[in-house]
Amino acid sequence: MKRTAAKSQNNNQFYGQVRAYFHIHAHALFSSLGRLVKTPFTSIMTISVMAIAMTLAASFYLFVDNMEKLTGNLESTNQISLYLKPDVSDKESKGLANEIRKNSSIKKVDLISKKQAMDEFKTYSGFGDALSILETNPLPIVIQILPKNSLNDVLGIENLMMSFAQYSQIDFVKMDMGWVNRLHSIVQLIKRSVFLLTVLLSVAVIFITGNTIRLELQNRRDEVLIEKLVGATHSFIQRPFLYTGFWLGFISGIMAWLLVTAMALILQNPIERLSLLYKGSFEMSFLSFFDTAILLFIASFLGILGAWGVLGYQIAQIKPK
Amino acid sequence: MLKFDHVSKRYSDGGDALRDVSFHLKKGEIAFLTGHSGAGKSTLLKLVAIMELCNQGHILLDGQNLSKVKKKYIPFVRRDLGLIFQDNKLLNDRTVFDNVALPLIVSGYRIQEVSRRVRAVLDKVGLSGKEKKFPLALSGGEQQRVGIARAFVNKPKLILADEPTGNLDPELSKEIMGVFEQFQKVGVSVLIASHDENLVSKIGHRVLTLDHGQLVTS
Repeated sequence: MKRTAAKSQNNNQFYGQVRAYFHIHAHALFSSLGRLVKTPFTSIMTISVMAIAMTLAASFYLFVDNMEKLTGNLESTNQISLYLKPDVSDKESKGLANEIRKNSSIKKVDLISKKQAMDEFKTYSGFGDALSILETNPLPIVIQILPKNSLNDVLGIENLMMSFAQYSQIDFVKMDMGWVNRLHSIVQLIKRSVFLLTVLLSVAVIFITGNTIRLELQNRRDEVLIEKLVGATHSFIQRPFLYTGFWLGFISGIMAWLLVTAMALILQNPIERLSLLYKGSFEMSFLSFFDTAILLFIASFLGILGAWGVLGYQIAQIKPK
Repeated sequence: MLKFDHVSKRYSDGGDALRDVSFHLKKGEIAFLTGHSGAGKSTLLKLVAIMELCNQGHILLDGQNLSKVKKKYIPFVRRDLGLIFQDNKLLNDRTVFDNVALPLIVSGYRIQEVSRRVRAVLDKVGLSGKEKKFPLALSGGEQQRVGIARAFVNKPKLILADEPTGNLDPELSKEIMGVFEQFQKVGVSVLIASHDENLVSKIGHRVLTLDHGQLVTS
């Protein structure tokens, strides 16, 4: 009986402490926001600088996202076309195709005869009947080759192309979608650059927050000192400052989202008009819900990180004279 | 409660602040610490509050050796102390209630408990009904009593007071001494650094006198 009473008292005490802990956190959360509001000019300056850095990163990200969407529609294949010399006969070309089929690194070989090529050209080029005026068929025989997927690297494909160039019947060898691959490579390069730039801008955000928190700590030196003297732990002292860092990051993140979305809205019309001119139907994408959540998370995290970075050393420096 | 065992303190700029100081302050005892300015009174208090570390000897607070307290446990040692400063060190942008509540909040007390204790201690120092005032709206004596309330609210084992009556007239000084004597009755030890000789000589508590860092009477 006595034991259960003691236990329930312990439980009560435990819940009381948990509640006190949450109360301290809630208090730190809102009082730090209150402090930012109390010094609007400084807060707006800091948040604007941070927001611009984040806007740069986020808008580059959106740019790359749209580039990928645009170029993603263009399917990339490593298809190679072998254009045979005009004097090669149909029979000869069949033999050549069969020989190429034996190559283990090739998945598929298609032989396009002169007649097939002409039919296709008539259908797709739009010249149609005008072509029937021609007395002879000027189109060469083409052998289309699709290398095996294992042969996806540029070097392997180039070696394969070189080996074809040695056949005397072959006029020239061309990789059909080479430019798509180049475009993809360029997009990858831009993507990588944007990542590096984002890292740099993140570091800038961390430093801006850190410096702001350092100044805030200087202003509240007395308060920190008194808290220390009445037995506050390091985590108690740094908590409100970490929340300040959080707010700086979070609010900057919201501002960055607004700026990026505004910029995208301004550019949306001209871009889609341009796309129409090229008979495309490109629909620009904006920051999705998920992107926005990530943006706000990273922004808040950087704010906290910047604050945390300076607090350890700076709080230790505050000592009674 | 507080034991100094051959304690010496030398600052890095070469000055000897304390030399071979030994004394023992018992539980529920009040003692004055006097001496000319620069005799080492402040240094002695700072050593107890672990704002400074001694170079030689041992300081025991309730049996705990202060030189061996790890950095992260210093806050917990300070929770056993009540510190009172000549300049009060109140936070002027917070109410009397918030100032006095600070040590309890720092220690993670429940809100109801904080409120109950703060009201009780404000009642004790004669400041009931002034919870919502800001320090600057109070008189010097009242501000000093807010500082005392803050030092006592956590029920410390030892109160350290640095010139607590320095800025007050004799009447108020007496009143404040009365408050200390109330604390003494509930078993709190009090060490008061003061050069107010009138106060020290009249009341007849134990007197520790420092002279150039050495304890001459105890």
